[in-house]
Parts: sequence; C-alpha cells; structure tokens
Amino acid sequence: MSDSSKNSIAFVRTEVLPELPPPSNATGAVRWMRDNLFATPGNSVLTIAAILVIYIVLSATVPWMINGIWNSDSLSQCREILDGQSGACFAVLAERWNQLLFGFTYPKDIYWRPGLAFVLLFVAVAPVLFFDLPRKLLLFTAVYPFIAFYLIWGGSVMVPLVALAGFVAGAIVFLRLIKNSFAVSAFGALVAAIVVWYAGGFLIPEAEITEGAMRSIPSRDLGGFMLNMMLGVTCVSLSLPIGIALALGRQSSMPFIKMVCVVFIEFVRGVPLITLLFVASVMLSYFFPPEATVDLFLRVVIMITLFSAAYIAEVIRGGLAALPKGQYEAGDSLGLDYAQSMRLIILPQALKISIPGIVNVAVGLFKDTTLVSVISMFDLVGMIRGPILASTEWNGVYWELFLFAAVLFFVVCYGISQYSQWLERRLATDHR
Amino acid sequence: MTTLTDPPKSTFRVSQLIYDTRYRSLTFQVIAFILLSVAIGYLAKNLGANLRDQGLSISFGFLGVPAGYDINQRLIEYTSQSTNLRAAFVGILNTLLVAFLACATATVFGVVAGVLRLSNNWLVSKLMAFYVEIFRNIPVLIWIIIIFTIMTAVMPSPREFRGDDATASMFLGISAFTNRGIYIPMPYFENGFGGSVDWLIVIASLIGSFFATRFMSKRASAIQEATGVRPATLASNLAIWFVPLIVLSLVMGLTFEIPALKGFNFGGGIKVGGPLIAIWFALSIYTGAFIAENVRAGILAVSKGQTEAASALGLRPRRVMSLVILPQALRVIIPPLISNYLNITKNSSLAILVGYADVTATLGGITLNQTGRAIECVLLLMLFYLVVSLLISAVINVYNNAIKLKER
Amino acid sequence: MKKTLILGALTLAGLAATAASAATVDDVKARGKLNCGVTTGLVGFAAPDANGVWEGFDVGVCRAVAAAVLGDGNAVEFVPTTGKTRFTALASGEIDMLARNTTWTFSRDVDLKFEFTGVNYYDGQGFMVPKALGVSSAKDLDGATVCIQTGTTTELNLADFFRANNISYEPVPIETNAEAQQQYLAGACDVYTTDASGLAATRATFEAPGDHVLLPEIISKEPLGPLVRHGDNNWGDIVRWTFNALVTAEELGVTSANLAEMSAGSNNPEINRLLGTEGNLGEMLGLSADWAKNAIGVAGNYGEIFDANIGEATSIGLSRGLNAQWKDGGLMYSPPFR
Repeated sequence: MSDSSKNSIAFVRTEVLPELPPPSNATGAVRWMRDNLFATPGNSVLTIAAILVIYIVLSATVPWMINGIWNSDSLSQCREILDGQSGACFAVLAERWNQLLFGFTYPKDIYWRPGLAFVLLFVAVAPVLFFDLPRKLLLFTAVYPFIAFYLIWGGSVMVPLVALAGFVAGAIVFLRLIKNSFAVSAFGALVAAIVVWYAGGFLIPEAEITEGAMRSIPSRDLGGFMLNMMLGVTCVSLSLPIGIALALGRQSSMPFIKMVCVVFIEFVRGVPLITLLFVASVMLSYFFPPEATVDLFLRVVIMITLFSAAYIAEVIRGGLAALPKGQYEAGDSLGLDYAQSMRLIILPQALKISIPGIVNVAVGLFKDTTLVSVISMFDLVGMIRGPILASTEWNGVYWELFLFAAVLFFVVCYGISQYSQWLERRLATDHR
Repeated sequence: MTTLTDPPKSTFRVSQLIYDTRYRSLTFQVIAFILLSVAIGYLAKNLGANLRDQGLSISFGFLGVPAGYDINQRLIEYTSQSTNLRAAFVGILNTLLVAFLACATATVFGVVAGVLRLSNNWLVSKLMAFYVEIFRNIPVLIWIIIIFTIMTAVMPSPREFRGDDATASMFLGISAFTNRGIYIPMPYFENGFGGSVDWLIVIASLIGSFFATRFMSKRASAIQEATGVRPATLASNLAIWFVPLIVLSLVMGLTFEIPALKGFNFGGGIKVGGPLIAIWFALSIYTGAFIAENVRAGILAVSKGQTEAASALGLRPRRVMSLVILPQALRVIIPPLISNYLNITKNSSLAILVGYADVTATLGGITLNQTGRAIECVLLLMLFYLVVSLLISAVINVYNNAIKLKER
Repeated sequence: MKKTLILGALTLAGLAATAASAATVDDVKARGKLNCGVTTGLVGFAAPDANGVWEGFDVGVCRAVAAAVLGDGNAVEFVPTTGKTRFTALASGEIDMLARNTTWTFSRDVDLKFEFTGVNYYDGQGFMVPKALGVSSAKDLDGATVCIQTGTTTELNLADFFRANNISYEPVPIETNAEAQQQYLAGACDVYTTDASGLAATRATFEAPGDHVLLPEIISKEPLGPLVRHGDNNWGDIVRWTFNALVTAEELGVTSANLAEMSAGSNNPEINRLLGTEGNLGEMLGLSADWAKNAIGVAGNYGEIFDANIGEATSIGLSRGLNAQWKDGGLMYSPPFR
C-alpha cells in the first residue's frame, strides 16, 4: 500500500465492521418457520391441514389416555370410577400383562425362563448383526438355540444336549472330509449326526420332569407375545439355510432341481400365509403317520418356515444376480469347484448385499405371526381376541388392549428396521 | 440305476458319478428325484392311511349341494339355495372387487404420502414419515381390527338418524354415512329402455367420445406438423365429452333415487357396505405406507445429474419431470408396486375379520365349517390365490421385459 | 411301537406324541392326561379365568371324564379349537374328545364319522335386540341387519328362518363373540343371533343388560354335546356313561356334599351300583370301580355343574328349562345304571 493513496482519500476504514444480526424475521424460529412451514401458499395450506389433523387426533386421544385408570378389577368398576367421563381402562393391562406376554397357561413361577431366553437372544444375535464384535461370540450364537429350547420347554437337559452333540459330530466329520469332496463330507456329516442322535436317544429318560424349576412345559402352554417372538425367531433362523438352498437351486444348471425350486417358491409366494396356516391346522395332521399326532406349534413352525424360506430365497436370488459375472468366472479360473466357489466367493458377497432384504422379510414375517390367532393359537392378538375379551371382567375393552399390542409390535419392528437402515448405510461400499 | 440312463463305457468307474463333472449333475438330479418321490410317496401313503382309518374320502361333491347360508354382498345372483360352488364364486368376485379397489386407493395414498414425505415442509414430511413408520411396523391384522372398531364406533348407526331428536343427519340431504355403509343417490333413467340397456347406451356414447377426442388430437397434431401452429382443442374436446351425455340424460330422463330410512335400514340409492369399506380402507392405508416408501425410493434413485442434464438441454421443469425423471423413477417404482398389489390380494384373505364375505370367508369359512370338508376347501382356496398371483406375476414379467435396459 | 426316526426325534423333543392306537382309553391312561377340545373362550361354557384355569360347563364334562378314567379331574389338557379346526383336531387324534358347544346333526354324525355321546345342553338359536327398537317378534325383523357369530349351524338356521317367513335380512358374519358384541352395541347391526345360552351370557356382560331383550322365537334345535371319533366304541361308552353318571347322580340326589356318605353304601341299589359299592359296572367299562364317584367328585352332579357355571345364581343366569331333569319336565333322562 502506498502513501499516496493514504493521503488522497479522506477516510479509510481500517477495521472490519462487526456483523449485524439478521433482521428479526429472517432468524431463529421465524426464519425456520418461513423456510420450512410457510414457504409458499400451497405449503402453508398443507401446514395448516397437518396441524388440524394432529389436533383432531390428539384431542381425541390425550384426555382419554390421561384419564386412564390403572387400578380396578373389571371394566364395570372402571366405568364407575370414570363416571361417564372419557378415559382408558388400563387396569386390564395391569392385571393381565403376564397373560399378554406369556400366554395364560405358562406357569407364573417360571416366567424367568423365557425372560432369560429373551435376554440371551440379544447376546446371540449381536455378533450376527454387528460385524465389529469378536467373532468368537458366534460360538454362543450356535449354542443358543439349544439353550433357548431348554429354557422355554424345560424337561430333560439331555434332549438339547443330544441334539447339540449330533450337530457337533456332524460338523467335525464335515471338516475332516471337506478336503475330499463337498458331497461326500455333507453326506458323512449327516450320517454322523443321525448316528449320534439315534444313540443319544437311549440316554434320554423316558419320564417327563413335572416338578421343579426346569420342569417340562408342553408347547400348547406357550402364548402371548412370547409365542410371536418364538415363531418369528425360530422360523426366520430355520428358513435362512432353506432359503439359501432354494436360491442356489433356482440358479442351478440342473433342470430338475431348478424346476422343483421354482415350483416350490412360486407356489408358496402365490398363496396367503393364512391358507398355509389353515393347512397347518386342518390338513397337515393327515400327512403325518397315523400313529402320531404332531403339535400344532410344530405344524405352524413348519408352514411359516416354508413360507419365509420362499421369500428369503427370492431376496438371496436378487443378491446372487447382483454379483458381477466376473466373480463367478474368478472362482472357476482359480480351479474351485461349485461348492467351494459358492462357499468362499459367491455367497459371502451375495448374502452381504441381501441382508437388508432379509431383514425386511424378517420384519414382515414377525408381523405375520399374529395370523396364528385365526387358527386358535393364543398369541398376543389371540389372547386379546380370545380369553381376555371373552372374560366377564374385561368384556368390552378394545382400545387399551390393541394399543398395547400395537406398541409392542411397533417397538420391535421399528427397532429392526432402524438397524436395517444403519446396516444399509454401513454396507454402502460403492462409490457415490 | 443311474448307469442305465448313461450307457456304460469301457473306462467307466463308479466314482466318476461323483467326481466327473460330466455325470455329477445327472447323479445329483437322479438322487434328488428319488428323494422327492419317496417323500411324496410317504406323505401320500400317510394321507391314504389316515383317511381310510377314519372312513373319509376326498370328494368335491359338496360343491354341488345348496350352501344354505346367505351372503350380504353379492355381485352375482345368489340365494341360500344356491350351491356351495356359487357361494365360492360370490366370494371370489368379492375378493377381486376389494383387491381392485384397494390397489387403486393404496396407489393414491402411497404416491401422495411418498411425494409429501420429500416435501420441504417440515411438518408435513414428518407427519408422512410418522404415517409410513406406524403403518409399516404394526401387523395388518391389528390395523384391520382397529380400523373396523373405529369405524363402527365413530360413524352413526341408522338408528341415530331416526326420530325428531336425531343425533345424526344426512349429508346434504342426499347421502347417508352410517356404520353399516355409505348410501349415495343412484342415477337411473325414467323413460329409458329399462335396465342395463340404458347404461350400455351411456357406455357406448362414452367410448364414442373417447375415439372422437383421439381423432381430434391426431388431427391437431397433423395440422401442427404442417403449419407449426396447434389448433386449440380444449373446447371441442369438452363438447365431445359432455354434449352427448347431457343430450342422453335429457332424452332418457336422468333422475336420482335418494336413499331414505326404511324400517331398520336406509333403502334406495347405492349402498357401499360397511365391511367392504372397512377392509378396503384398512388394506389401502396399510399398503399405502409401503407404496409411499417405494415412491420415495424411486424418486431418490434418479440421480441429480439427470435433472441438471435435462435443464441444461433447455427443457422446462414440467418436461424434465415427465420426460426424464418419471420414466426413470417408474422403472424403480413399478416392480415393487405390483408386488404390493399382490400383497393386497393376499391380505384381503383377512376380510372375515370385518365380516366381509370374500372367498376365504365363504369357501374357506362357512362352507368349510358346515360341510367339514377341510382338505378340499383349503386346496381350492389355495388354487384360487395361486392363479391370481401367477397372473399378476406374469404381468410383472412382461413389464420387466418391456422396460429392461436394452444393452448394446 | 414302531416309530420312524424323525417322529422319534420329535417325540423326544416333546413336540409330537404317539397316539390313536387301537383304544383311546389306553392312550389316555398311558399319557396320564385327557386331551379335551373346547372353545377358544365362551363365558360360562369354557373360558380360562384370570389365573389361566379353564372353567365352564363344557369344561366340567371334560374334567368328569378325566376323573373317571384317570382319577384326577385336573389331568386334562384343554385344547382350544375354532369352528374350523375342531373336527380335524378330533379326527386326527389331536384331541380325545370334543366338548365344544357342537350341535348334534345328522351329517356330522354320519358323514363326518363322529359319535355324539349325549346332549349336555339343549340349546336353540335366539335373537337379541335393543329394547329401544320396539321389536317383539323375530317376524318383525324384515330388512334388519343381523350380526351372526359364525361357527355353529347358526348361518344355516338363520337363512332357513328368514326364507320360511319370506322376509329379508342382511347378514354380517363375525368370527368371535367379543367382536360381534362390539358391532351390535355400536349399532352396526340391529340384531345379534347365536345360541340362546350365548346370548344370555353376552347380555350379562353389557353395561346395561336391561336395555336389551331376547326375542321369544327360538328358531332351531341345538342339542349340544360331547363327541368322539367313530369306531372306538369303548371310548364312546366311557364318555357317554360318564355324562350319564352325572345326570343320574342328580336324579338320585347324589351331590358333592353327600358323596362320601353315599359311597359308604346306601339302601338304594342303583346308587350303590353307580358309585361302585355294588356290582361291577366300572369293570365292564374297563375302569376302576369308583369311576363314577370320581367323576361326580370333581364338581358335583349335572345340576351342580349347571348351577355353578351358567345357572340362575351366576351372571349368565340361565334357567334350567329343557335342561331340567325329566321328572321336573325337562329332557335330561339318563338310561338306568344296571
């Protein structure tokens, strides 16, 4: 800067002026509202309409909830206390919460068993859901089904132990023989498992355990939200391997196997779950040997598993199709056979991209477990529509019960779908 | 056994069946075939033994005997003396009706909610997000029950329209909204030819108008090609659509039958039954939430560069939307949309919860209850849904092939 | 018994049971429990209470049979069934007997191959309307909207009745009693129809029971009774005579109060034969001598079970009517025990 300019100009500001605050209507809440609520006339109309809707809904529900009564023995007593005012009778939840959660025949003193199984469920699924956790935790995941079975059904500890031993024997044989050929090792594993199960069958005591903390509980006594959770978790986890097999079968070059898989998948996806449940409740027992009856619970598990397997197969097929052809060719050029290239190259990638889809299927399936109430199983909805609404005390309580059911399902499903979205962001390894 | 299908060669060893890729797939298929046959045979044997033990048989004779029960909504003629087969057909038509209606309204709900969720109005987008989340995360069964209960509790019953101190009144004096259904005026022709002939004439005139407007717009395009100026067609099109209708209604004497309280219920007019409305609304609003997510994903899937490129080419915003964004978004939206239609059809099987007589309620419900023919009814029921699903799937496939990116 | 491998595995896991061998009674004894099919919940007839214990009139029959066969009225596994699933459950052997207000009809007996072992409740289909409607006869119901609880023969009776009287109606079939009741109370239907006993039970739970009336017409015969599979006559006999024992006990004045005293021996030979102090009736059935005593010991005789669950002292408040003893002008008539 030269001296001349300094002298030729009368005044030069040497410091920067402090920033003035923006005009009051372009700042803070007003600015935010102008930008986000009343940007255009159309937007303003929408905002006002939305406020109206919210007001109508809240004005109908809030006083009703606030007036809610938690302490009463029956609906008529609730009505007396309310004395004509609008108010909820939440007392039904206070009195029957245990039936809503566990069904009405599960013994009260052993609620801790399904409770513990529920808590352990989180430990078991954590390593599956979050890849950062130590892989050793997967070992617990593998053992969890047997622990959960023992906790919920109780009875002789030998049953889950023998079942587990069979799987372990199968796995050992599989790992020993896998170097030879996949087919041989799979067959060997199957034989080993069957031998162990057969031999182990003699270890199991004949008499049922009917006393004590670990007494056996018939599956008819399961009910409430616990039944929904069990059906959801069991069927999704059982249907995963079946779904993978079906998806691979559908992509297979063997025409017969491909045809069987296509027919199965299209058939199951083509009919509503409710008709499959009708099959479970009114038809399936004709297909079992005449000298046996199979539990309704097991029949329902079979049908729901097949149902979700078909949907999962379609999701995984999408994942398989999304893989670039180069991956398949890379496997071939490395000299891997079909089983190896699937196991080591294709499936890990295909499953990874399928996870959000699988989670969606799982959420849908979990919601659909409420349909079992139509075939006289007392799940959460079945408990409400059956014993509770049929009882003299609570005949006529609808909103409170269904609100409770809705909240339970919302919490679980929303949680899972949030996880799925997190996972999608996390798995988005492509470049954008 | 496998060697029979492949003539043995001099160097053939048994282990080749597993280790030689030429034979391996054949071996596996034969094994799979044998296993499947054994499994099916086992189940069939059990079924036969069970039926024999109980002295039952599989027979579809019950379809021919009178059903004996009444159905509240019939699209074809049906009385309690009609056969079970006809009852099943009434149910099938009711299923198709509610599925069709729900697909249409669910699309509207879904598109509106999906677009509004992307709106920059904070409140509206949050409200739509709330709608989508709450409906997607609660079972449809619970929603159907809740909506049905709300409907019957909030809407007035016909009883409340009666008397001097009626607590409810008819909308504009011509329509009634009750918890048994909605009654609206029914148009009919006073001096027409009677019955469906009148309506055929109206439909014919509409079809005529349609072709006439098409001809007009073709002609307009031809003039535009030749001269560069497109003649205004709005007025003439309006005339083509409305003049014949007005003339027809004047000539045949169009009048409306207004519903009125008669006995226990409203009589006259067109009635849309309460159960139909309940299941229709429940299915549409539930599936609308899923469609909203598809629409949102579809719009977001079109990359911003497309909009910018189109603008750079000098297209106006409306044209950008209709020529660039929408065609690409639809490619993403439509396949899941159709699979949602499939879900609506399948979920309509819950209609019995609201007392709507769909095929699950007639064939798979009352007929099954009354005849005890569980196996036959459930099989027929599955067959029906399977056929509908396969038809819809076929549509998806045709569409997918049509819009598949043509790679060159 | 030969078991397949899969089945064996399932049995070990407690998810399957071998059943339906030649004689049901042997299965029940081997299992130590009676599997009895009931409704999913109808107050007074079969419904679980707040503690999950099943109680009701049909439940009483189940418990009596369990006591007769196993000596313990609590050795019952109650299997809830719907209108759809009940017959398959019985036919496939999932349940040993069905005590779920099931109407005895020709086709169920003959075509579906079931054996009805008696009638524990003579019912009939009735109508309930709000008093404000001013209807005094079902024949005034022309054009009414009728809520029907589906599942029994209700729909068919209703269609027949309206057809015979040449009046029209609009049916709204509803699956559960609770939902039908909600529809009815909200005015979505003018009339609610199901078995008269069910109507009385439902009305009892209303906020204002007095605002609703049951119409005098009973439009059908609904003999409700327990049933078993065709072909196992011994088991059919056990269920039939257990129920007859309850009825006979009431006729002879044997109650839960004087049971111990009576079974020590009395002057009435029929009582002695019934309670096993004389003759060998139990042996003929293949049961212990005190089978009937055990059955009566659970909850008393037929009249006591009736009064405790659905009688006039309960909130359901049904009078005996047709279900009174034949001596009192009812239809309860047990063949003699000799």
